Amino acid sequence: MRRRAAEDRIHDFLEVDLGMTEEDAVSEANRCIGCKKPLCIHGCPVQIDIPAFIARVAEGDFIGAAEKIKEQNMLPAICGRVCPQETQCESTCILSKKGEAIPIGQLERLVADIERKRGPKLPDIGKPTGKNVAVVGSGPAGLTASAELAKEGHHVTLYESLHMPGGVLTYGIPAFRLPKDIVNFEILQVLSLGVELRTNHFIGRSLHVHELLRYDAVVLATGAGLPYFMDIEGENLNGVFSANEFLTRINLMHADEFPTYDTPVLKGKNVVVVGGGNVAMDAARVARRLGGEVTLVYRRREEDLPARLAEVHHAQEEGISFVFCAAPIRILGEKSLTGIECIRMRMDILDDSGRPNPIPIEGSLFTIEADVVIGAVGQGPNPVLLREIEGLTLGKSGNVVTLETGETSLPHVFAAGDAATGAATVILAMGTGKRAAQTVNQRLKGGSG
Amino acid sequence: MYPIMKNQEIAEDVHEIWVKAPHIARNAQPGQFVIIRTNETGERVPLTISRVVGSTIRIIFMKVGKTTHALAAIPETGYIEDIVGPLGKPSEIAYYGTVAIVGGGVGIASTPYLAKALKAAENRVVGILGARTAGLLILENEMADICDELHIGTDDGSKGYHGFAVDLLRTLINTEPVHAVWIIGQTIMMKVTSEATREMGIKTFVSLNPIMVDGTGMCGACRCTVDGKTKFACVDGPDFDAHTVDFDTLMQRQQMYHELELESFEAWKAAEGEKP
Repeated sequence: MRRRAAEDRIHDFLEVDLGMTEEDAVSEANRCIGCKKPLCIHGCPVQIDIPAFIARVAEGDFIGAAEKIKEQNMLPAICGRVCPQETQCESTCILSKKGEAIPIGQLERLVADIERKRGPKLPDIGKPTGKNVAVVGSGPAGLTASAELAKEGHHVTLYESLHMPGGVLTYGIPAFRLPKDIVNFEILQVLSLGVELRTNHFIGRSLHVHELLRYDAVVLATGAGLPYFMDIEGENLNGVFSANEFLTRINLMHADEFPTYDTPVLKGKNVVVVGGGNVAMDAARVARRLGGEVTLVYRRREEDLPARLAEVHHAQEEGISFVFCAAPIRILGEKSLTGIECIRMRMDILDDSGRPNPIPIEGSLFTIEADVVIGAVGQGPNPVLLREIEGLTLGKSGNVVTLETGETSLPHVFAAGDAATGAATVILAMGTGKRAAQTVNQRLKGGSG
Repeated sequence: MYPIMKNQEIAEDVHEIWVKAPHIARNAQPGQFVIIRTNETGERVPLTISRVVGSTIRIIFMKVGKTTHALAAIPETGYIEDIVGPLGKPSEIAYYGTVAIVGGGVGIASTPYLAKALKAAENRVVGILGARTAGLLILENEMADICDELHIGTDDGSKGYHGFAVDLLRTLINTEPVHAVWIIGQTIMMKVTSEATREMGIKTFVSLNPIMVDGTGMCGACRCTVDGKTKFACVDGPDFDAHTVDFDTLMQRQQMYHELELESFEAWKAAEGEKP
């Protein structure tokens, strides 16, 4: 993969990954053996016809390739960048058994970028059905559901509580991984299908539940935006952030451009990020770009990090220090914080997820100096709306309980994305959004809705 | 884009604006707030809903930093970029018996809306309004029209009782039974004033105003310690039981960006000075 040098990229928020050249793309695509029973498609949560698009790349037909992808996925430039292909389509590629898989993500990204610059063709939209669907939340699941429903001719009202659509694509994932002009462009593509976007609407408050339920169908795609805290002493000291807050201040509110933009952020000299997922990597790399010396503390071993391997490597290249097998005990400071006290962990027997159970080692306390601490220890489903819908069955973590079809315990209410699954990936959210939309469509067109 | 229908200075540095926002006006209730963004580069600032008429809502604020100055400078033909709401839980409107509503300074902004709802719930409503000086007292007539009884105090004695609102509240609760109290003002005022009702165990609500970003429970910037637990003021509040709130931590957190806020304000003033 071509990428910018670490010493250059830590000074800005421009994209790290430079993508693939057209020549390389054609030669990589020509390695595809065109399996009779392609496994890559099964590895894709939205079932893109991967061999068909790769065949077009191999012929140099990049636009045709992009159009092929968009039959199944309206957000290809986003997915080409943030999907964990290495655990999905590329992991099931037969070539990966003996050597290198086809770089499907890079190919997707390239053809989407080429098509975007040329000006894409809009898909055909079905005859208006006269049915009204409310989609709550404009993140990956909501956008995908909206696009699918609009293509079928339903009138979709897409509600968003923030002033910008996109959900985690907008407030969560930093621009150096996912440039915002690309996000905005692909969102506009969805809206141009006739989806009516209403920003600044907090559903459950701006629109009460009984008003929402007047739609012919409702898709709940409210995401997993509720930040978990570490629940340790000192967590409310000035300088302690949830990763959600820290990233929102930068990605949505442009605090890195303060005071041109009004929103401030504390730029730490010594920043400690707690957690080991993609959100932790994003927070650490943002803090690095704000000029901080950044240490990431994770309670298990390096090989247990849930973040994408590439993101971990990028973080390491950018000079982020990793402290493994350690967990925070308390945050130190009076008015503002001075450090974080941690304890070493030893790895016990593997749990159900195949990861070792971390056990604190007595007497192994140590302190890391810090003026900013960012907790990236997970998120739960946004509870406000979900709890107010009478009769909606919720799971243990507050997620909406759904069937594979996206159906919930209420007849006209469907759920998709992290609101249903708990915090997962962009593409899994899109997959469930698509599935829910298909169910809604069958229901509305079948006349039994 | 949401039009500003009216913008006027109602006391020194205190403005009232009316914003056309049907999506908020239709379901707004007392105790709730909005978050506004003045323009493309603006920050998200929470402000209490002060009154609703038709599809417009009233917001009252004091010019303190950049955003409030910029908001006050928007002409009546102008607009703000964004406004989301109504946010937060509504105040617990019910029949209590006699209720006291104590407003301090610009915190008085939300008292008539609350008083009206409590009056409609058949409470006897006693208003207590406190300001630093007579010139900063707002909404006195509106409150006088709604309340069964209204007491006024100023810190400098320029109008009404010479002293703090907490003294007027103490006098009231020592004179007659009061069944619920709301205190709305600066954090230090709410901390001090709510001490008056603690011993008698009178149910007392305060409306907290921490720093917020999204206002929908997604960032935790507004987290407060209430009854020893972390609560998000934006979705769990903003009203909380006054006697369980850790006001000191709240005040400390409100100061988090003090220096940066000054920097932002200075930059704004310099830019405004350069305008023809």
